[in-house]
Amino acid sequence: MAEENRIQAEAVSYTYEEAETPALSQVSLAVKPGEFVAVLGHNGSGKSTLAKLLNALYVPTEGRVLVCGMDTRDDDRLWDIRRAAGMIFQNPDNQIVATLVREDVAFGLENLGVPHDEMVERIDRALEAVHMTAYAATAPHMLSGGQKQRVAIAGILAMTPLCLIADEATAMLDPSGRREVLDTVHRLNREEGISVVWITHFMEEAATADRVVVVSDGQTVLSGTPREVFTEVEKMREIHLDVPHMADLAKRLRDAGMPLREGILSVDEMTEEVCRLLCPSN
Amino acid sequence: MLKNITLGQYYPVDSWVHRLDPRVKILLTIALIVAVFLVRSMVGYAILLTFIFLASCLANVPFRLMIKGLKPLRFILILTFLLNLFFQSGGGEQEILVHWWIITITRAGLRQAVFFSARLALLVICTSLMTLTTSPIQLSDGIELLLSPLKIIHFPAHELAMMMSIALRFIPTLLEEADKIMKAQMARGADFESGNLIKRAKAMVPLLVPLFVSAFRRAGDLAMAMEARCYHGGEGRTRLRVLKLTRHDLFAVIAVALLIGVIILERAAMPDGWPL
Repeated sequence: MAEENRIQAEAVSYTYEEAETPALSQVSLAVKPGEFVAVLGHNGSGKSTLAKLLNALYVPTEGRVLVCGMDTRDDDRLWDIRRAAGMIFQNPDNQIVATLVREDVAFGLENLGVPHDEMVERIDRALEAVHMTAYAATAPHMLSGGQKQRVAIAGILAMTPLCLIADEATAMLDPSGRREVLDTVHRLNREEGISVVWITHFMEEAATADRVVVVSDGQTVLSGTPREVFTEVEKMREIHLDVPHMADLAKRLRDAGMPLREGILSVDEMTEEVCRLLCPSN
Repeated sequence: MLKNITLGQYYPVDSWVHRLDPRVKILLTIALIVAVFLVRSMVGYAILLTFIFLASCLANVPFRLMIKGLKPLRFILILTFLLNLFFQSGGGEQEILVHWWIITITRAGLRQAVFFSARLALLVICTSLMTLTTSPIQLSDGIELLLSPLKIIHFPAHELAMMMSIALRFIPTLLEEADKIMKAQMARGADFESGNLIKRAKAMVPLLVPLFVSAFRRAGDLAMAMEARCYHGGEGRTRLRVLKLTRHDLFAVIAVALLIGVIILERAAMPDGWPL
Protein backbone atom coordinates (compact mmCIF):
# COMPACT_ATOMS: atom_id res chain seq x y z
CA MET A 1 0.00 0.00 0.00
CA ALA A 2 1.27 3.45 -0.85
CA GLU A 3 2.23 5.69 2.04
CA GLU A 4 -0.49 8.16 3.00
CA ASN A 5 -0.31 11.74 1.82
CA ARG A 6 1.74 14.01 4.03
CA ILE A 7 -0.79 16.77 3.56
CA GLN A 8 -4.29 16.40 2.32
CA ALA A 9 -6.60 19.41 2.02
CA GLU A 10 -10.11 18.46 1.03
CA ALA A 11 -12.36 21.17 -0.42
CA VAL A 12 -11.08 23.67 2.11
CA SER A 13 -12.64 27.10 2.54
CA TYR A 14 -11.59 29.80 4.92
CA THR A 15 -13.26 33.10 5.70
CA TYR A 16 -11.54 35.64 7.94
CA GLU A 17 -13.56 37.11 10.77
CA GLU A 18 -15.35 40.27 9.65
CA ALA A 19 -14.72 39.42 5.99
CA GLU A 20 -17.61 38.87 3.64
CA THR A 21 -16.01 36.86 0.92
CA PRO A 22 -13.93 33.79 1.72
CA ALA A 23 -10.18 34.17 1.33
CA LEU A 24 -10.04 30.60 0.11
CA SER A 25 -12.86 28.51 -1.31
CA GLN A 26 -13.04 24.83 -2.17
CA VAL A 27 -9.29 24.32 -2.49
CA SER A 28 -7.95 20.80 -2.53
CA LEU A 29 -4.32 19.87 -2.32
CA ALA A 30 -2.50 16.61 -1.76
CA VAL A 31 1.21 16.39 -1.05
CA LYS A 32 2.82 12.97 -1.36
CA PRO A 33 5.86 11.87 0.65
CA GLY A 34 9.01 13.40 -0.83
CA GLU A 35 7.12 15.67 -3.18
CA PHE A 36 8.04 19.32 -3.83
CA VAL A 37 4.88 21.30 -4.55
CA ALA A 38 4.97 24.97 -5.43
CA VAL A 39 1.93 27.13 -4.81
CA LEU A 40 2.06 30.09 -7.14
CA GLY A 41 -0.13 33.15 -6.85
CA HIS A 42 -0.31 36.90 -6.58
CA ASN A 43 -0.57 38.97 -3.42
CA GLY A 44 -4.02 38.47 -2.01
CA SER A 45 -4.62 35.28 -3.96
CA GLY A 46 -5.07 33.34 -0.73
CA LYS A 47 -1.82 31.43 -0.86
CA SER A 48 -0.64 32.58 2.58
CA THR A 49 -4.00 31.65 4.04
CA LEU A 50 -3.57 28.22 2.52
CA ALA A 51 -0.14 27.91 4.17
CA LYS A 52 -1.53 28.73 7.59
CA LEU A 53 -4.29 26.17 7.17
CA LEU A 54 -1.75 23.46 6.54
CA ASN A 55 -0.28 23.45 10.05
CA ALA A 56 -3.31 24.35 12.12
CA LEU A 57 -2.48 28.03 12.63
CA TYR A 58 -5.90 28.48 11.07
CA VAL A 59 -8.68 25.92 11.13
CA PRO A 60 -10.77 25.67 7.93
CA THR A 61 -14.32 27.05 8.06
CA GLU A 62 -15.34 24.35 5.59
CA GLY A 63 -13.69 21.15 4.46
CA ARG A 64 -10.82 19.57 6.32
CA VAL A 65 -7.04 19.40 6.34
CA LEU A 66 -5.19 16.23 7.23
CA VAL A 67 -1.51 16.37 8.16
CA CYS A 68 -0.07 12.86 8.12
CA GLY A 69 -3.57 11.61 8.78
CA MET A 70 -4.22 14.00 11.68
CA ASP A 71 -7.16 16.37 11.35
CA THR A 72 -6.13 19.98 12.09
CA ARG A 73 -9.43 20.51 13.92
CA ASP A 74 -8.29 18.02 16.55
CA ASP A 75 -6.87 20.13 19.38
CA ASP A 76 -5.26 17.15 21.07
CA ARG A 77 -2.96 16.56 18.12
CA LEU A 78 -2.09 20.24 17.65
CA TRP A 79 1.58 19.94 18.67
CA ASP A 80 2.05 16.72 16.71
CA ILE A 81 0.65 18.44 13.64
CA ARG A 82 2.90 21.46 13.99
CA ARG A 83 5.89 19.22 14.58
CA ALA A 84 5.11 17.18 11.48
CA ALA A 85 4.46 20.21 9.27
CA GLY A 86 7.10 22.81 10.11
CA MET A 87 6.68 26.27 8.74
CA ILE A 88 9.02 29.06 7.75
CA PHE A 89 7.77 32.57 7.19
CA GLN A 90 8.47 35.51 4.96
CA ASN A 91 10.27 37.91 7.27
CA PRO A 92 13.55 36.37 8.42
CA ASP A 93 13.81 38.72 11.40
CA ASN A 94 10.38 38.09 12.82
CA GLN A 95 10.74 34.36 13.31
CA ILE A 96 13.99 34.18 15.22
CA VAL A 97 13.31 34.10 18.92
CA ALA A 98 16.63 33.69 20.66
CA THR A 99 19.75 35.82 20.90
CA LEU A 100 22.10 33.16 19.54
CA VAL A 101 21.76 30.91 16.50
CA ARG A 102 22.02 27.60 18.33
CA GLU A 103 19.59 28.73 20.99
CA ASP A 104 17.10 29.65 18.32
CA VAL A 105 17.40 26.22 16.76
CA ALA A 106 16.79 24.85 20.25
CA PHE A 107 13.55 26.79 20.68
CA GLY A 108 11.24 24.22 19.09
CA LEU A 109 13.00 21.36 20.88
CA GLU A 110 12.66 23.13 24.22
CA ASN A 111 8.95 23.51 23.54
CA LEU A 112 8.65 19.81 22.79
CA GLY A 113 10.44 18.95 26.02
CA VAL A 114 13.35 17.13 24.40
CA PRO A 115 16.02 16.11 26.96
CA HIS A 116 19.16 18.25 27.01
CA ASP A 117 21.71 15.81 25.58
CA GLU A 118 19.49 14.81 22.70
CA MET A 119 18.75 18.46 22.06
CA VAL A 120 22.43 19.29 21.63
CA GLU A 121 22.83 16.42 19.18
CA ARG A 122 19.81 17.40 17.11
CA ILE A 123 20.86 21.07 16.99
CA ASP A 124 24.31 20.14 15.71
CA ARG A 125 22.79 17.90 13.05
CA ALA A 126 20.25 20.51 11.95
CA LEU A 127 22.86 23.27 11.70
CA GLU A 128 25.11 20.99 9.69
CA ALA A 129 22.27 20.16 7.31
CA VAL A 130 21.82 23.83 6.43
CA HIS A 131 25.59 24.52 6.48
CA MET A 132 25.39 26.95 9.36
CA THR A 133 27.57 25.11 11.89
CA ALA A 134 30.18 27.87 11.79
CA TYR A 135 27.59 30.39 12.98
CA ALA A 136 26.25 28.41 15.95
CA ALA A 137 27.35 31.04 18.48
CA THR A 138 26.55 34.12 16.38
CA ALA A 139 23.85 36.66 17.16
CA PRO A 140 21.08 36.56 14.54
CA HIS A 141 21.30 40.26 13.69
CA MET A 142 24.83 39.69 12.40
CA LEU A 143 23.61 37.31 9.70
CA SER A 144 22.42 37.99 6.16
CA GLY A 145 18.79 37.43 5.20
CA GLY A 146 19.54 34.12 3.50
CA GLN A 147 21.49 32.91 6.51
CA LYS A 148 18.66 33.88 8.84
CA GLN A 149 16.21 31.87 6.74
CA ARG A 150 18.58 28.90 6.87
CA VAL A 151 18.66 29.21 10.65
CA ALA A 152 14.86 29.21 10.61
CA ILE A 153 14.95 26.05 8.47
CA ALA A 154 17.37 24.45 10.92
CA GLY A 155 14.98 25.30 13.74
CA ILE A 156 12.25 23.37 11.93
CA LEU A 157 14.58 20.59 10.84
CA ALA A 158 15.64 19.89 14.43
CA MET A 159 12.03 18.98 15.13
CA THR A 160 12.27 16.20 12.49
CA PRO A 161 9.33 17.28 10.35
CA LEU A 162 7.83 15.22 7.55
CA CYS A 163 6.79 18.28 5.65
CA LEU A 164 8.16 21.80 5.32
CA ILE A 165 5.83 24.69 4.48
CA ALA A 166 7.59 27.80 3.25
CA ASP A 167 5.34 30.84 3.12
CA GLU A 168 7.12 33.17 0.69
CA ALA A 169 10.37 32.43 2.46
CA THR A 170 12.43 34.18 -0.21
CA ALA A 171 10.27 37.25 -0.84
CA MET A 172 12.40 39.55 1.29
CA LEU A 173 15.79 38.26 0.19
CA ASP A 174 18.25 39.41 -2.45
CA PRO A 175 18.82 37.11 -5.45
CA SER A 176 21.81 35.31 -3.92
CA GLY A 177 19.96 34.78 -0.65
CA ARG A 178 17.00 33.41 -2.58
CA ARG A 179 19.19 30.96 -4.44
CA GLU A 180 20.82 29.89 -1.16
CA VAL A 181 17.51 29.19 0.59
CA LEU A 182 15.85 27.46 -2.36
CA ASP A 183 18.90 25.24 -2.92
CA THR A 184 18.93 24.30 0.76
CA VAL A 185 15.28 23.30 0.69
CA HIS A 186 15.71 21.34 -2.53
CA ARG A 187 18.63 19.47 -1.01
CA LEU A 188 16.66 18.60 2.13
CA ASN A 189 13.78 17.48 -0.07
CA ARG A 190 16.10 15.21 -2.05
CA GLU A 191 18.31 13.89 0.72
CA GLU A 192 15.97 13.66 3.68
CA GLY A 193 12.76 13.01 1.75
CA ILE A 194 10.99 15.92 3.42
CA SER A 195 7.91 16.99 1.48
CA VAL A 196 7.86 20.67 0.64
CA VAL A 197 5.05 23.13 0.05
CA TRP A 198 6.81 26.11 -1.46
CA ILE A 199 4.56 29.17 -1.56
CA THR A 200 5.85 31.90 -3.80
CA HIS A 201 5.08 34.51 -6.40
CA PHE A 202 8.36 33.92 -8.20
CA MET A 203 7.71 31.92 -11.32
CA GLU A 204 11.35 30.82 -11.63
CA GLU A 205 11.15 29.23 -8.19
CA ALA A 206 7.91 27.46 -8.99
CA ALA A 207 9.54 26.08 -12.14
CA THR A 208 11.95 24.02 -10.01
CA ALA A 209 9.13 22.11 -8.27
CA ASP A 210 7.74 18.66 -9.04
CA ARG A 211 4.27 20.10 -9.27
CA VAL A 212 2.83 23.60 -9.45
CA VAL A 213 -0.54 24.69 -8.13
CA VAL A 214 -1.69 28.12 -9.24
CA VAL A 215 -4.15 29.95 -7.00
CA SER A 216 -6.04 33.10 -7.83
CA ASP A 217 -8.87 34.75 -5.92
CA GLY A 218 -8.92 31.94 -3.40
CA GLN A 219 -9.33 29.18 -5.94
CA THR A 220 -7.10 26.67 -7.63
CA VAL A 221 -6.81 27.69 -11.26
CA LEU A 222 -4.19 25.37 -12.64
CA SER A 223 -2.34 22.36 -11.38
CA GLY A 224 0.26 20.12 -12.96
CA THR A 225 3.95 19.80 -13.69
CA PRO A 226 5.75 23.10 -14.29
CA ARG A 227 5.83 22.22 -17.99
CA GLU A 228 2.10 21.71 -18.15
CA VAL A 229 1.32 24.84 -16.18
CA PHE A 230 3.68 27.26 -17.85
CA THR A 231 2.64 26.37 -21.35
CA GLU A 232 -0.89 27.52 -20.51
CA VAL A 233 0.25 30.99 -21.49
CA GLU A 234 -3.20 32.45 -22.04
CA LYS A 235 -4.67 31.19 -18.81
CA MET A 236 -1.68 32.49 -16.86
CA ARG A 237 -2.03 35.89 -18.56
CA GLU A 238 -5.66 36.03 -17.58
CA ILE A 239 -4.73 35.97 -13.90
CA HIS A 240 -1.81 38.33 -14.48
CA LEU A 241 0.93 35.85 -13.88
CA ASP A 242 4.05 35.67 -15.97
CA VAL A 243 5.33 32.65 -17.78
CA PRO A 244 8.97 31.94 -18.66
CA HIS A 245 10.12 33.97 -21.67
CA MET A 246 10.61 30.93 -23.85
CA ALA A 247 7.11 29.63 -23.15
CA ASP A 248 5.84 33.06 -24.17
CA LEU A 249 7.97 33.09 -27.34
CA ALA A 250 6.89 29.58 -28.29
CA LYS A 251 3.26 30.61 -27.95
CA ARG A 252 3.76 33.65 -30.19
CA LEU A 253 5.62 31.65 -32.82
CA ARG A 254 2.90 29.01 -32.82
CA ASP A 255 0.28 31.74 -33.18
CA ALA A 256 2.28 33.09 -36.14
CA GLY A 257 2.07 29.68 -37.76
CA MET A 258 5.30 27.94 -36.77
CA PRO A 259 4.61 24.31 -35.86
CA LEU A 260 6.65 24.25 -32.62
CA ARG A 261 6.06 21.40 -30.21
CA GLU A 262 4.33 21.99 -26.87
CA GLY A 263 6.15 22.27 -23.57
CA ILE A 264 9.14 24.48 -24.33
CA LEU A 265 10.46 26.28 -21.26
CA SER A 266 14.20 26.88 -21.62
CA VAL A 267 16.45 28.57 -24.17
CA ASP A 268 18.15 25.25 -24.94
CA GLU A 269 14.86 23.55 -25.72
CA MET A 270 13.87 26.44 -27.94
CA THR A 271 17.18 26.40 -29.84
CA GLU A 272 16.87 22.68 -30.40
CA GLU A 273 13.29 22.96 -31.62
CA VAL A 274 13.99 25.88 -33.96
CA CYS A 275 17.01 24.03 -35.40
CA ARG A 276 14.87 20.94 -35.93
CA LEU A 277 12.33 22.99 -37.85
CA LEU A 278 14.83 24.95 -39.91
CA CYS A 279 17.12 22.09 -40.86
CA PRO A 280 14.96 18.96 -40.82
CA SER A 281 17.86 16.94 -42.28
CA ASN A 282 19.70 17.00 -38.91
CA MET B 1 27.69 51.16 13.56
CA LEU B 2 24.81 49.26 15.09
CA LYS B 3 26.26 45.88 14.31
CA ASN B 4 28.28 45.45 17.44
CA ILE B 5 26.39 47.01 20.26
CA THR B 6 26.78 45.47 23.67
CA LEU B 7 23.72 45.53 25.81
CA GLY B 8 23.67 46.90 29.29
CA GLN B 9 27.00 47.13 31.04
CA TYR B 10 28.22 43.64 30.28
CA TYR B 11 32.00 43.49 29.92
CA PRO B 12 32.55 40.43 27.72
CA VAL B 13 35.71 38.72 28.90
CA ASP B 14 36.19 35.28 30.33
CA SER B 15 37.02 35.08 34.00
CA TRP B 16 36.39 33.18 37.17
CA VAL B 17 33.68 35.63 38.18
CA HIS B 18 32.05 35.58 34.72
CA ARG B 19 31.72 31.82 34.92
CA LEU B 20 29.93 31.81 38.25
CA ASP B 21 26.31 30.73 38.22
CA PRO B 22 24.09 33.80 37.64
CA ARG B 23 21.75 32.67 40.41
CA VAL B 24 24.65 32.69 42.85
CA LYS B 25 25.79 36.07 41.60
CA ILE B 26 22.35 37.60 42.07
CA LEU B 27 22.03 36.21 45.60
CA LEU B 28 25.58 37.24 46.53
CA THR B 29 24.93 40.74 45.24
CA ILE B 30 21.91 40.95 47.50
CA ALA B 31 24.12 39.74 50.36
CA LEU B 32 26.67 42.43 49.55
CA ILE B 33 23.96 45.07 49.60
CA VAL B 34 22.92 43.88 53.04
CA ALA B 35 26.58 44.04 54.08
CA VAL B 36 26.75 47.67 52.93
CA PHE B 37 23.86 48.49 55.25
CA LEU B 38 25.47 46.65 58.14
CA VAL B 39 28.59 48.77 58.03
CA ARG B 40 28.92 51.34 60.80
CA SER B 41 32.25 52.97 60.12
CA MET B 42 34.49 54.06 57.32
CA VAL B 43 36.77 51.16 58.24
CA GLY B 44 33.95 48.83 57.25
CA TYR B 45 33.60 50.59 53.91
CA ALA B 46 37.32 50.27 53.36
CA ILE B 47 37.05 46.52 53.94
CA LEU B 48 34.14 46.25 51.51
CA LEU B 49 35.85 48.33 48.87
CA THR B 50 38.99 46.21 49.14
CA PHE B 51 36.88 43.08 48.70
CA ILE B 52 35.21 44.46 45.60
CA PHE B 53 38.52 45.63 44.22
CA LEU B 54 39.93 42.12 44.61
CA ALA B 55 36.81 40.67 42.99
CA SER B 56 37.16 43.02 40.04
CA CYS B 57 40.75 41.81 39.61
CA LEU B 58 39.47 38.23 39.60
CA ALA B 59 36.83 39.25 37.07
CA ASN B 60 39.31 40.87 34.69
CA VAL B 61 37.19 44.00 34.80
CA PRO B 62 39.11 47.28 35.15
CA PHE B 63 38.17 48.85 38.47
CA ARG B 64 37.75 52.28 36.87
CA LEU B 65 34.81 50.86 34.86
CA MET B 66 33.02 50.25 38.13
CA ILE B 67 33.81 53.74 39.33
CA LYS B 68 32.52 55.00 35.99
CA GLY B 69 29.18 53.47 36.87
CA LEU B 70 28.87 56.19 39.49
CA LYS B 71 28.93 58.97 36.95
CA PRO B 72 25.21 59.00 36.13
CA LEU B 73 24.55 59.18 39.87
CA ARG B 74 26.85 62.09 40.58
CA PHE B 75 24.01 64.55 41.19
CA ILE B 76 22.30 62.25 43.63
CA LEU B 77 25.61 61.67 45.37
CA ILE B 78 26.32 65.37 45.64
CA LEU B 79 22.79 66.06 46.82
CA THR B 80 23.05 63.36 49.47
CA PHE B 81 26.31 64.82 50.62
CA LEU B 82 25.06 68.40 50.82
CA LEU B 83 21.75 67.59 52.50
CA ASN B 84 23.46 65.56 55.17
CA LEU B 85 26.12 68.21 55.59
CA PHE B 86 23.72 71.09 56.21
CA PHE B 87 20.75 69.47 57.79
CA GLN B 88 22.26 67.13 60.27
CA SER B 89 19.82 66.93 63.08
CA GLY B 90 21.35 65.83 66.27
CA GLY B 91 20.53 66.98 69.71
CA GLY B 92 22.90 68.20 72.34
CA GLU B 93 26.26 69.88 72.27
CA GLN B 94 27.80 69.86 68.83
CA GLU B 95 31.24 70.76 67.68
CA ILE B 96 30.86 73.46 65.08
CA LEU B 97 33.38 73.45 62.26
CA VAL B 98 32.10 76.31 60.13
CA HIS B 99 29.58 78.92 61.00
CA TRP B 100 28.83 81.53 58.42
CA TRP B 101 25.57 83.43 57.94
CA ILE B 102 22.81 80.80 58.12
CA ILE B 103 25.12 77.92 57.31
CA THR B 104 26.38 75.77 60.09
CA ILE B 105 28.49 72.70 59.56
CA THR B 106 29.03 70.46 62.50
CA ARG B 107 31.54 67.64 62.84
CA ALA B 108 28.69 65.14 63.10
CA GLY B 109 27.14 66.58 59.96
CA LEU B 110 30.33 66.15 58.01
CA ARG B 111 30.65 62.60 59.27
CA GLN B 112 27.13 61.78 58.29
CA ALA B 113 27.51 63.35 54.84
CA VAL B 114 30.62 61.33 54.04
CA PHE B 115 29.10 58.19 55.48
CA PHE B 116 25.86 58.28 53.52
CA SER B 117 27.39 59.23 50.20
CA ALA B 118 29.89 56.41 50.65
CA ARG B 119 27.02 54.02 51.34
CA LEU B 120 25.25 55.04 48.16
CA ALA B 121 28.41 54.80 46.07
CA LEU B 122 29.19 51.33 47.42
CA LEU B 123 25.68 50.09 46.68
CA VAL B 124 26.16 51.04 43.05
CA ILE B 125 29.63 49.56 42.85
CA CYS B 126 28.43 46.25 44.32
CA THR B 127 25.65 45.86 41.79
CA SER B 128 27.80 46.90 38.87
CA LEU B 129 30.18 44.07 39.77
CA MET B 130 27.28 41.77 38.89
CA THR B 131 26.02 43.56 35.78
CA LEU B 132 29.54 43.89 34.37
CA THR B 133 30.23 40.18 34.69
CA THR B 134 26.83 38.67 33.81
CA SER B 135 25.35 38.86 30.33
CA PRO B 136 21.73 40.02 30.15
CA ILE B 137 20.57 36.63 28.95
CA GLN B 138 22.29 34.92 31.91
CA LEU B 139 20.69 37.44 34.21
CA SER B 140 17.26 36.64 32.82
CA ASP B 141 17.94 32.92 33.22
CA GLY B 142 19.07 33.49 36.79
CA ILE B 143 16.01 35.58 37.58
CA GLU B 144 13.68 33.00 36.04
CA LEU B 145 15.15 30.16 38.06
CA LEU B 146 15.25 32.15 41.28
CA LEU B 147 11.66 33.22 40.84
CA SER B 148 10.37 29.84 39.70
CA PRO B 149 9.35 28.72 43.21
CA LEU B 150 6.84 31.59 43.05
CA LYS B 151 5.03 29.77 40.24
CA ILE B 152 3.02 28.11 42.98
CA ILE B 153 1.31 31.42 43.61
CA HIS B 154 0.96 31.88 39.82
CA PHE B 155 3.80 34.30 39.44
CA PRO B 156 4.69 34.30 35.70
CA ALA B 157 8.43 33.63 36.09
CA HIS B 158 8.83 31.88 32.73
CA GLU B 159 6.83 34.50 30.85
CA LEU B 160 8.87 37.26 32.43
CA ALA B 161 12.14 35.66 31.36
CA MET B 162 10.80 34.93 27.87
CA MET B 163 9.78 38.56 27.50
CA MET B 164 13.20 39.69 28.62
CA SER B 165 15.00 37.45 26.18
CA ILE B 166 12.75 38.46 23.28
CA ALA B 167 13.35 42.09 24.14
CA LEU B 168 17.09 41.45 24.10
CA ARG B 169 16.79 39.68 20.77
CA PHE B 170 14.88 42.54 19.17
CA ILE B 171 16.81 45.53 20.52
CA PRO B 172 19.43 45.38 17.73
CA THR B 173 16.74 44.77 15.10
CA LEU B 174 14.69 47.74 16.22
CA LEU B 175 17.75 49.96 16.52
CA GLU B 176 18.68 49.09 12.96
CA GLU B 177 15.16 49.87 11.87
CA ALA B 178 15.11 53.18 13.75
CA ASP B 179 18.31 54.10 11.96
CA LYS B 180 16.76 53.24 8.60
CA ILE B 181 13.55 55.21 9.28
CA MET B 182 15.58 58.16 10.50
CA LYS B 183 17.58 58.22 7.29
CA ALA B 184 14.43 57.89 5.21
CA GLN B 185 12.80 60.80 7.03
CA MET B 186 15.96 62.89 6.78
CA ALA B 187 16.03 62.26 3.05
CA ARG B 188 12.58 63.78 2.95
CA GLY B 189 13.64 66.85 4.86
CA ALA B 190 13.05 65.88 8.48
CA ASP B 191 15.36 67.65 10.88
CA PHE B 192 16.28 65.81 14.06
CA GLU B 193 19.18 67.94 15.16
CA SER B 194 18.28 71.59 15.43
CA GLY B 195 15.91 73.55 17.63
CA ASN B 196 15.18 73.45 21.32
CA LEU B 197 14.20 70.44 23.37
CA ILE B 198 10.49 70.63 22.58
CA LYS B 199 11.11 71.05 18.87
CA ARG B 200 13.44 68.09 18.87
CA ALA B 201 10.99 65.97 20.80
CA LYS B 202 8.33 66.83 18.24
CA ALA B 203 10.70 65.89 15.44
CA MET B 204 10.84 62.38 16.91
CA VAL B 205 7.15 61.75 16.14
CA PRO B 206 7.70 60.77 12.49
CA LEU B 207 10.39 58.39 13.71
CA LEU B 208 8.46 56.83 16.57
CA VAL B 209 5.14 56.27 14.80
CA PRO B 210 6.49 54.01 12.03
CA LEU B 211 8.78 52.31 14.55
CA PHE B 212 5.84 51.44 16.80
CA VAL B 213 3.70 50.27 13.91
CA SER B 214 6.46 47.98 12.74
CA ALA B 215 7.15 46.74 16.27
CA PHE B 216 3.53 45.66 16.59
CA ARG B 217 3.64 43.93 13.22
CA ARG B 218 6.81 42.13 14.25
CA ALA B 219 5.17 41.08 17.50
CA GLY B 220 2.25 39.58 15.58
CA ASP B 221 4.55 37.74 13.19
CA LEU B 222 6.73 36.48 15.99
CA ALA B 223 3.78 35.20 17.98
CA MET B 224 2.64 33.26 14.92
CA ALA B 225 6.13 31.86 14.31
CA MET B 226 6.45 30.83 17.96
CA GLU B 227 3.13 29.03 17.84
CA ALA B 228 4.13 27.30 14.62
CA ARG B 229 7.14 26.00 16.53
CA CYS B 230 4.94 24.51 19.23
CA TYR B 231 5.41 27.18 21.88
CA HIS B 232 2.82 26.73 24.58
CA GLY B 233 4.21 28.45 27.65
CA GLY B 234 6.65 27.20 30.21
CA GLU B 235 4.89 23.94 30.98
CA GLY B 236 6.77 20.78 30.02
CA ARG B 237 9.57 22.81 28.55
CA THR B 238 13.20 21.70 28.69
CA ARG B 239 16.13 24.06 28.43
CA LEU B 240 19.23 24.20 26.29
CA ARG B 241 21.03 26.45 28.73
CA VAL B 242 21.34 24.50 31.93
CA LEU B 243 22.76 26.14 35.01
CA LYS B 244 24.91 23.97 37.21
CA LEU B 245 26.41 24.86 40.53
CA THR B 246 30.12 24.12 40.75
CA ARG B 247 32.60 24.24 43.59
CA HIS B 248 33.64 27.69 42.34
CA ASP B 249 30.19 28.92 43.29
CA LEU B 250 30.79 27.45 46.73
CA PHE B 251 34.09 29.36 47.02
CA ALA B 252 32.33 32.59 46.09
CA VAL B 253 29.67 31.98 48.72
CA ILE B 254 32.33 31.26 51.35
CA ALA B 255 34.24 34.43 50.43
CA VAL B 256 31.16 36.61 50.79
CA ALA B 257 30.16 34.84 54.02
CA LEU B 258 33.60 35.59 55.46
CA LEU B 259 33.28 39.21 54.39
CA ILE B 260 29.92 39.53 56.11
CA GLY B 261 31.43 37.92 59.21
CA VAL B 262 34.17 40.56 59.26
CA ILE B 263 31.61 43.33 58.76
CA ILE B 264 29.55 42.05 61.68
CA LEU B 265 32.66 42.01 63.87
CA GLU B 266 33.42 45.55 62.79
CA ARG B 267 29.88 46.55 63.65
CA ALA B 268 30.26 45.06 67.11
CA ALA B 269 33.53 46.88 67.60
CA MET B 270 31.96 50.22 66.75
CA PRO B 271 28.83 50.24 68.83
CA ASP B 272 28.38 53.97 69.03
CA GLY B 273 27.92 54.88 65.41
CA TRP B 274 30.00 56.59 62.86
CA PRO B 275 33.38 57.89 63.89
CA LEU B 276 35.16 59.44 60.99
